[in-house]
Parts: sequence; structure tokens; C-alpha cells
Amino acid sequence: MRTKDLSYWLFLAPVLLALTLVVIVPMLLGVYYSFTTWNGINTGEFVGFQNYINLFKDERFLDSLWFTTKFSIVSVILINIIGLSLALLVTGRVRSSKLLRTTFFMPNLIGGLILGFIWQFIFIKVFASIGEIIGMESLQGWLSTTDTGFWGLVILMSWQMAGYIMVIYIAYLEGMPKELLEASEIDGASTFQRFRYIIFPLVAPAFTVSMFLTLSNSFKLYDQNLSLTGGGPYNSTEMVAMEIFKTAFTQNDFAYAQAKAVIFFVIVAIIALVQVYLNKRKEVEM
Amino acid sequence: MKKKWDIKLEVLGGLLALLWLVPFYLMFVNSFKSKKEIFMDTISLPEAWSFDNYITAFEELDFMRTLFNSLLITVISVVLIIFFSAMAAYALSRAKSRLSTVLFFTFVAAMLIPFQSVMIPLVTVFGQFEMLNRGGLIFMYLGFGASLSIFLYHGALNNIPRSLDEAATIDGANRWQVFWHIIFPVLKPITVTVAILNIIWIWNDYLLPSLVINTPGSETIPLKMFFFFGEYTKQWHLALAGLTLAIVPVIIFYFFAQREIIKGVSDGAVK
Repeated sequence: MRTKDLSYWLFLAPVLLALTLVVIVPMLLGVYYSFTTWNGINTGEFVGFQNYINLFKDERFLDSLWFTTKFSIVSVILINIIGLSLALLVTGRVRSSKLLRTTFFMPNLIGGLILGFIWQFIFIKVFASIGEIIGMESLQGWLSTTDTGFWGLVILMSWQMAGYIMVIYIAYLEGMPKELLEASEIDGASTFQRFRYIIFPLVAPAFTVSMFLTLSNSFKLYDQNLSLTGGGPYNSTEMVAMEIFKTAFTQNDFAYAQAKAVIFFVIVAIIALVQVYLNKRKEVEM
Repeated sequence: MKKKWDIKLEVLGGLLALLWLVPFYLMFVNSFKSKKEIFMDTISLPEAWSFDNYITAFEELDFMRTLFNSLLITVISVVLIIFFSAMAAYALSRAKSRLSTVLFFTFVAAMLIPFQSVMIPLVTVFGQFEMLNRGGLIFMYLGFGASLSIFLYHGALNNIPRSLDEAATIDGANRWQVFWHIIFPVLKPITVTVAILNIIWIWNDYLLPSLVINTPGSETIPLKMFFFFGEYTKQWHLALAGLTLAIVPVIIFYFFAQREIIKGVSDGAVK
């Protein structure tokens, strides 16, 4: 097949059309609209960087950006620690390995919206009744403060995504040459030494994939945010994706929301590129 | 060397697995309780296993219809994504040229774009062409799902020797026949991966349908669940029965395809 052939273009036509109309055109239009006073119907007038200047003075947007950043950092660390631990556990000397994997992975099949609702019940009702029984005041009123909303989201995401990240680490752990581990054991290496000098360098590529996935998933989080806290109390647990949504569809400020959406794209793209670059370099060194 | 059994690890694993299931346990047992019973106690088993909550939730969710809508949209979208992405990846992998490289790179780069960045123009443009309906939604899923699928197919196709194509061509098969009769069957393992990744994502998607579907009666499960939950916020017994119903299809799917699912997710992320 050559690029001049008709068949080449026929094979590509459906996806090229879909990608163009669904992603490329809206992206380019979006960048253009972010420099205007577009309201969804009329393009309005060209205002240069005005929308961008405004959003850097917009406290609600900056707060959501800060909240999202804090949430992402804590989630990435916790999810990767838990995910790697679970992976080491199920690839260890256990007989119920299959059953354990199935269980830990299960939350990932269910949508974030539904999981958020389930946890809303747990944090609000179950935590309160446990708190009453054991007399712990701090279990009352969860999700009604910024801090409990934050930790609620972190707990939900760690519970959900750890199993997913576990699956990735397992793929690398099981691809590891067994002789190497056995030899080190015979040579008298401790569990810690084996982890530090053999397992860790060999699963290093798994960190690239896992950190990239958790970071971008946490940063782009919407469904769980919507169903668990809805951004409350007083928009204090509102993450960037939700903030953009509300600016567009609640306040009907389309051009301004689109400027935020462009900044959002730039941040997500930079995270992805930097991470891939850094981890690629580290892999080579090891 | 046979694996020695570590009983402490086994017990630890078992306890953790139970901990992981606690949210589902709480959802399940409380979905059978009355409003008053939930108010009194959220931990223990219900006094009586009454299906009253389920009957109400089933009707309010218009469950059979909502389930059908989800199935319809997911199945059609995933089938289209599989066919069209495999074809595109085949063209890109067999016609090596600068153009193919640029197109492939464009598809991969599109994965970097978060949905929120294109959401607003997408909805307004499709709205102007009266495409905010199920057909439009399926077309959007093709646009959003194609990138990763092409990427996965492309990787697999590069490992299939061209001599296979050439042999078939010499026997008189045209491109279309070569692809469907020779190449596509060989791609089956990656097709399973592509199918599973897209099923999980599309089945659970809430935001896109919430923007695109606005006719009553064509809602998918997550969409209907959102409205349902909004109506019954203070009535946890009904909300939990609805949530349990919404999860049942997924659990059934997981029960029958768990090996393929875990393998698919792992391959999709690692490649």
C-alpha cells in the first residue's frame, strides 16, 4: 500500500474525519475563541489576551488550580505506594493471588460517578455512626469541610486506582527474571536489599507509566469530584475540570471558560511531556 | 524451585481484600434497609431482606430501557472504533512514508488533549448541525477513542511480517480482502484489549452523554443515575438500591471476562 493509493485514504477516512471534527477543529476553534468574547452563538469581538489576564486574577480559578495540584501530588504518591505494595503482595508467596488481584482491581470497572455516590454514603452516614459508637468526634460531618472533602477524594481515588496501578506493576514484576532473585536469595541478600538493588531498578520503567497515568488522571478528575463533594462546601473542593465546566455551563461565560480550558490543556501536556522525558532519562542511567 | 507458602502474607492479603470490599458490603446491606433502619444503624445486616427499595429504584431508573441505551451506545461505538482504527492502523503501518508518520504522530498527540479543552466548542458546533443526539455521541466516541486504539493496533501490526500480505496479494486478493481475511484475524489478541479498554471507558462515561443526550428516554446508566441520585439525596435506602442495580451489569461482565479484562488493561497501559 502506498500513500498515493485510493485504498490508503479509504482505510483512513473514517477515523481522520472523526478525529478532525471531534478533536482537531474544536481545539483550534477553542484557541481562537479564547481571544474573543464568544458566547456560544456569536464570535463577538477580538479582545487579545484579556481573558487570560482575567483568569490569573480569578481567585476561584486559582484556588481550584491549587486544590487540584495538592490533590494530585498526594494521590500520585499514595496510589503508587499502595499499588506497588499490592503488586508485591499478590506476586509473593500466596495461594489466593488470582482472587486478590480480581478484588483489588474491581473498583476500576465501575464508573467514577457511581463510586463517588457510594463513598458519599460511607463518609456521611457510616463514618458518623462509627464515630458515635467509638466516640470519635472527628468522624462526624465528613465532606462538610474543605479538609474532609480533600481527604475524602484522596481516599476514594487511592481505593479505586491502586488496583489499576497494581496491574501495571505486576506486569513488570512478572517479567523479571526469576533466576536473579533466587541467586540473590542464595547469596544471602535481605528482603530490603533485594528490593533496593534488584526489584527496584527492574521495575523502574513501571514508574514512568504509573506516575504518568495517576498524575494525569488525578489532574483531570471530574466524575468523582462531582459525585463525592460536588465542589462543596462553598466551591472549596472544586477541581479545575469542574471549575471550567461551571464557568461555561452555569455562568455561560463561554470565551472565558475556553481560555481556562486552553491553560488546562497546556498544563496537562507539559506534565505528560516532562514526565516522559525525565523517566526516559532515568531509565537509561540505571 | 517450588514457591514456599507464606501464611502471614496470605492472611494480610485476605484482610486487605476484605477491606477493599467494605464499600460494596455497605452499599449492598443498606440497600435492603428501610430509611429508619439506615438512620439507626449502617453497619449490621438488615432485619429483613426486603426488595421494596429495589422495586422503586428499578421503576424510577426505568432500568431495562436505561440498560438497553447503555448497551446500544457502547456496543455500536466499540465495534466502530475496532473496525475503523484497525483499518487506519493497517494503512499507516503498511504505507511507510513521511505522511504516515505525521498522521500517526497526530493521532498520538491528540491523546494529550484533555476532554475539557475541546468540550465547549465541540458541543456548540455539533449543536449547530443538530448532532446532539445518540448518533452524534457515537461519532464523538469514535473521535476520542481512535487515538489509543490506533496506537495499540499500530504496535501489533509492526510485528506482523509483510510477507503475509504479499503472499495473499500474489494469490489475487485485493487490499480489502487481505486486511479482513488475513490480517484482522491475526490481530485478535489486540482487538480484545482495544475492546475492553473502550468498553470500560464508554460504559462508565458520564460527562459526554450529559452534554450530548437531552431527550428523555435515551439516557445511559451513569446519566440516569445522576438524575436519580439528585432526586433521592436524603433517601439513602433508595439511592443505594439504585447504585447496586447500576453495578450489577458490570459485575456480571467482570465475572465472565476477568482474565481478559486484567490482561487488556495491563497491555493497554504498558504498551
